[in-house]
Amino acid sequence: MTGTATAVDEVVDYDEALRRYDPVLGLEVHVELNTATKMFCGCATAFGADPNTQVCPVCLGLPGALPVVNERAVESAIRIGLALNCQIAQWCRFARKNYFYPDMPKNFQTSQYDEPIAFEGHLDVELEDGEVFRVLIERAHMEEDTGKSLHIGGATGRIHGADHSLVDYNRAGIPLIEIVTKPVTGVGERAPEVARAYVAALRELLRALQVSDVRMEQGSLRCDANVSLRARAVDGQAQDDVPLGTRTETKNVNSLRSVERAVRFEISRQAAVLDAGRPVVQETRHWHEDTGVTTSGRVKSDAEDYRYFPEPDLVPVAPSRETVAQLRATLPEPPGLRRKRLQGDWGYSDLEMRDVVNAGAVELIEETVDAGATPAAARKWWTGELARRANAEGRSVEDFGVTPSHIAELDGLVRSGRLNDSMARQVLDGVMGGEGTPTEVADARGLTLVQDEGALEAAVDKVIAANPDVAEKVRGGKVQAAGALIGQVMKEMRGQADAGKARQLILDRLGAA
Amino acid sequence: MPALSRDDVAHLAGLARIDLSDAELDTMVGELGVILESVAKVQEVAADEVPPMSHPLPLANVTRPDEVRPSLTAEQALAGAPAVEEQRFSVPRILAED
Repeated sequence: MTGTATAVDEVVDYDEALRRYDPVLGLEVHVELNTATKMFCGCATAFGADPNTQVCPVCLGLPGALPVVNERAVESAIRIGLALNCQIAQWCRFARKNYFYPDMPKNFQTSQYDEPIAFEGHLDVELEDGEVFRVLIERAHMEEDTGKSLHIGGATGRIHGADHSLVDYNRAGIPLIEIVTKPVTGVGERAPEVARAYVAALRELLRALQVSDVRMEQGSLRCDANVSLRARAVDGQAQDDVPLGTRTETKNVNSLRSVERAVRFEISRQAAVLDAGRPVVQETRHWHEDTGVTTSGRVKSDAEDYRYFPEPDLVPVAPSRETVAQLRATLPEPPGLRRKRLQGDWGYSDLEMRDVVNAGAVELIEETVDAGATPAAARKWWTGELARRANAEGRSVEDFGVTPSHIAELDGLVRSGRLNDSMARQVLDGVMGGEGTPTEVADARGLTLVQDEGALEAAVDKVIAANPDVAEKVRGGKVQAAGALIGQVMKEMRGQADAGKARQLILDRLGAA
Repeated sequence: MPALSRDDVAHLAGLARIDLSDAELDTMVGELGVILESVAKVQEVAADEVPPMSHPLPLANVTRPDEVRPSLTAEQALAGAPAVEEQRFSVPRILAED
């Protein structure tokens, strides 16, 4: 069943593979909704609770328990469908997808089969160079998540070689929306980039809709990447007339970077299989973040006969057109348009804006600017100093307890001339340490630029007198040598001087201005 | 509708993880055949204008508000588990050895 799991697969150089084959993608994204309760019962959905403390007869699949649909989950599903330019079903049902797996206590997953709540949509995704691809959406349907298994006895905590498994059903029954694309064709060598950009655009859209935490590392957004290769069309033949190849489905792809790498790897691997004259096996493959390869999982077979049938314990979902119209009115400005509007308002370059988007800092900067900071300062603090500290500590900037209004206040203190940059960073330390607002921290720590011109002039004179060689160089026109003098003046002033002013004074004194 | 074969029944039993002896298989082919014949009769009268029904109640949109209700305690949840470890349901190995 898993015979090739440990085999090392041959790969073909990526560019080489693209010369001979045309890749086709299919992306399935599962989104955990951020509802307070599960899809079919009132159990809480909070992440990280003690095992098996958010479970009840419904989500444990105990006999006689009856599911009832979460109203807000249906609304979220419809809003996602609308945001993806989908049609919304007038009437649709849930279905049972029957299979056996310990993380699914009912022995079926309540899902939707041939009647998804949303269908036939599209999402435009922009690549880094600004090129836009339209990805067609086949469907978005409602279903429920499974429990979580801990595999015991294996060397690596993996399922292979495990002796037994321990299951926590807290996650079982959390509402999921599965969003499925139509085959993505015509993207050629950009397939890995398109896959990544699609998931990124979807994440941004879902975040704007506020329907999910969309944290890939916590599993609230998960991507399965289907990849197939077909031969390149011969001269004069349309590529679309060439039949699609056999696809593989790579699971466990839980970061944007992994989506790109996994698709790229599968293209190289399948090309090697085809080059060797062998058929691609239709199977599930597992992505390994550490080694950057996929390995064979389940081969699709009889066991995949899910015997779907309409769920008899639930009545149909039939959203009225009025309800759909009301939900449509709640849709946010599309993220792409919003980004362009904000970039124009803030005067950021394309590169700066991309950094801000990638850092997930658009909202933070928007709030910081609204609170009175300049756009440049807001960007500098959130994607510079704070992002750097967050990276260094492996934390998220949101966890620092620093708010947009703190940053706006800090920027105000710098702009009014009370603090210089290094003092502002010290104040930030205090704010992060819970010492209060920036003004309170600056007051308590006695941080304020010396406004006394006389003291600054005295320090400048002292430093020039102590460094005649350097002073001579500056007099001779080597203005950059003044840097050493400025450093010493700042030291004399114990950091509490305006470095710009110090520089000006030094240059004036030495006649080099 | 083609009759249900013995292989069909064996396949379904496999999917449903039900171990059937040869004698039981033979019995089930006959019993399931009777059920299918009965359903086939219904199909004779179900004309195109009659939509398939999955539910006897003429209802739609039965929902509940997204409000948390008390869950079971872990002790209650695990009370029926054959084996428990680290407050989790302990289950046999999921995949067969390679």
